[in-house]
Amino acid sequence: MRKNRAIDVSTGLFVLLGIAAIVFLVTQISNREFTSHGNAYKVVARYENVGGLKVGAPVKVAGVTIGRVEDIGYDMTVFKAVVTIDIDTRYDQIPNDSYFNIFTAGLLGGQYIGIETGGSEDYLKDGDQIEFVQNAIVLENLISKYLFGQAIKETPPGQAPAAATGSPADAGNK
Amino acid sequence: MSTVSELKDATADFLERAGALTRFSSRLLWITPAGFLRPRLLAQQVYNAGALSLAIIMISGLFVGMVMGLQGHDLLARIGSEESLGTGAALTLLKELGPVVTALLFAGRAGTALASEIGLMRATDQLTAMEIMAVDPMKRVVLPRFLGGVISMPLLTGIFVMVSIFGVQLIGVQYFGIDRGQFWSEMRSYVELSDVSEGLIKGLVFGVACSLIAVFEGYNAEPTAEGVGRATTRTVVVSAVATLVLDYIVTALLL
Amino acid sequence: MGRQLGHPAGRGAVAGGDNVAVLCGVNYAVDHKPVLRGLDVEFRRGEVTAIMGPSGTGKTTLLRLITGQIRADAGTVVVDGQEVAGLRQAALYALRRRMGMLFQNGALLTDIDVFENVAFPLREHARLPERLVRSLVLTKLHAVGLRGAAKLMPQQLSGGMSRRVALARAIVMDPDILIYDEPFAGLDPISMGVVMRLIRSLNDALGISSIVVSHDVREIAQIADQSYILSEGQVVASGSPKELHDHPSPIVRQFMEGLGDGPVPFHYPAPDYYGQLLAAGKAAR
Repeated sequence: MRKNRAIDVSTGLFVLLGIAAIVFLVTQISNREFTSHGNAYKVVARYENVGGLKVGAPVKVAGVTIGRVEDIGYDMTVFKAVVTIDIDTRYDQIPNDSYFNIFTAGLLGGQYIGIETGGSEDYLKDGDQIEFVQNAIVLENLISKYLFGQAIKETPPGQAPAAATGSPADAGNK
Repeated sequence: MSTVSELKDATADFLERAGALTRFSSRLLWITPAGFLRPRLLAQQVYNAGALSLAIIMISGLFVGMVMGLQGHDLLARIGSEESLGTGAALTLLKELGPVVTALLFAGRAGTALASEIGLMRATDQLTAMEIMAVDPMKRVVLPRFLGGVISMPLLTGIFVMVSIFGVQLIGVQYFGIDRGQFWSEMRSYVELSDVSEGLIKGLVFGVACSLIAVFEGYNAEPTAEGVGRATTRTVVVSAVATLVLDYIVTALLL
Repeated sequence: MGRQLGHPAGRGAVAGGDNVAVLCGVNYAVDHKPVLRGLDVEFRRGEVTAIMGPSGTGKTTLLRLITGQIRADAGTVVVDGQEVAGLRQAALYALRRRMGMLFQNGALLTDIDVFENVAFPLREHARLPERLVRSLVLTKLHAVGLRGAAKLMPQQLSGGMSRRVALARAIVMDPDILIYDEPFAGLDPISMGVVMRLIRSLNDALGISSIVVSHDVREIAQIADQSYILSEGQVVASGSPKELHDHPSPIVRQFMEGLGDGPVPFHYPAPDYYGQLLAAGKAAR
């Protein structure tokens, strides 16, 4: 019977260790910064191009994540992407003239929304529409703009530039 | 004998084995609920398959982690992103290396133990004696061992990954001097819960496969010394191949 | 499970047509090679019946037919009034619970000790209070003389001892039929004597029927009520030990007297002796 006890104890320890390992992995390793959906208010932003923005991407102001992209849709009536954003209710003093820009983390990292705060005294509240956005920077557009710009510099005045590649929507402001 | 007829024989053998395996597993599946009615037997087999494999899993995990630390750092240093060591290593270990290596080690240590135990019981007529005593050897001998393996594998996988990540940290932070806080926060921001669950699901799937193969080979071993030896060897080989094939399938399904 | 320990059969008492098992016209073949051909055997209730014969004549096959492990290609196998081949698993297991079988190598479970081995059928089939299990196990161990060995592991037992433990296990559920597969094989004379006496006394004391497969002629002669000699898958002789002793048939004579050559040939079939030697000589030159 003593042998049985030792076996039972070892088995119990093993199972506990295994469960502890799994709990460790779940809590310490994975991404759980912003999971509360209850204490968030929603705002909506429209973009001409969201680039590689994904649902769940962070929304940051001054580098701090205060919200998440909750949904990305497409509005056919105005031909723009509709991005629904959840913002933590703790941060309810964002001026309603702030810019919601799509940035890229690192050189080739994922995209996120960065808020550049404006000066308005009125703050964003649940259900508001964002007026000022900057679209995602699409690499191809950037390259073609550069080439186009180079071509303009090199052609003598009065003639059409040679390297017009006719690229789609540019990465301009609203 | 011509190659064609040899091929035909081999195919027929393979199909026959596959059919036997299918019947075996469906019977096993059918009696699975009964396995939980005898917790003492089950606990003993969880000990047999899991607790006894702990040493090899933890040592291997540590060294795999440390090697990943070394290699990963070297690789990332070339492109100037050493801080991503934690992320890259964690994701690789969690999703691929952890489950696969654990499964292969499990097949080698626990799988062979299960196969040879059952094979030996077959060779010494113990299983037949049980049948004559009107005790179903599937329920008494095979099922507890199978369930013991299935329960142990995800736990062993989790332990392996945890230990190996500490190994990575040991090399990356302690040795190469990556900032500890950065190491963990980079990891946290890129590793998703779905990655963790992917790893554990794989652990479970591999556990079912390797345990099934082990008990099947043991149960159907030829009742001789060489027969048991062959069954043990086959267990490792088939488990390894099955693990890698399932790895691809599960990854494709989950991605 | 409570079987009454009643009516000891006693030696020489014929149970008068009351057969505990009957095989009738049984054929069985393995890979197209016939093992049993048109076999007719009766096992009388309350008696020790022996099955003897040269090696490989299908004696073990016969046992496996009785326990339902294999099915005959033709003919019927009836045990305790039931046709074995037609039984489904639950009924088959119910029938097997009333049989006890002693295997050639004991077949004790190696990961538990002697006590637990004997207790095994009880634990698997009945929910008895621990005290009762203890009493039953110790009683049966006492009957085979090994009550003191209860805490040993099977690996620590000698051949004779493990066989006796297996016997205790076989009788722990008070079966109606006891089957012995080569019980004397590989035992020293003392252990052989012990096993012999146990077979006979258990048969009489517990009022059961025993089937013994063996080729130990002298031992069988002392304990069997009825013997069958099989050769080439058929019964070539049957009767009491005395009748067989005086049997005229050559194969029975060869078997009973242990003659080296006779109807069962000494030489495995081979080409002509001188021819092969000369050919080998020619090749060497």
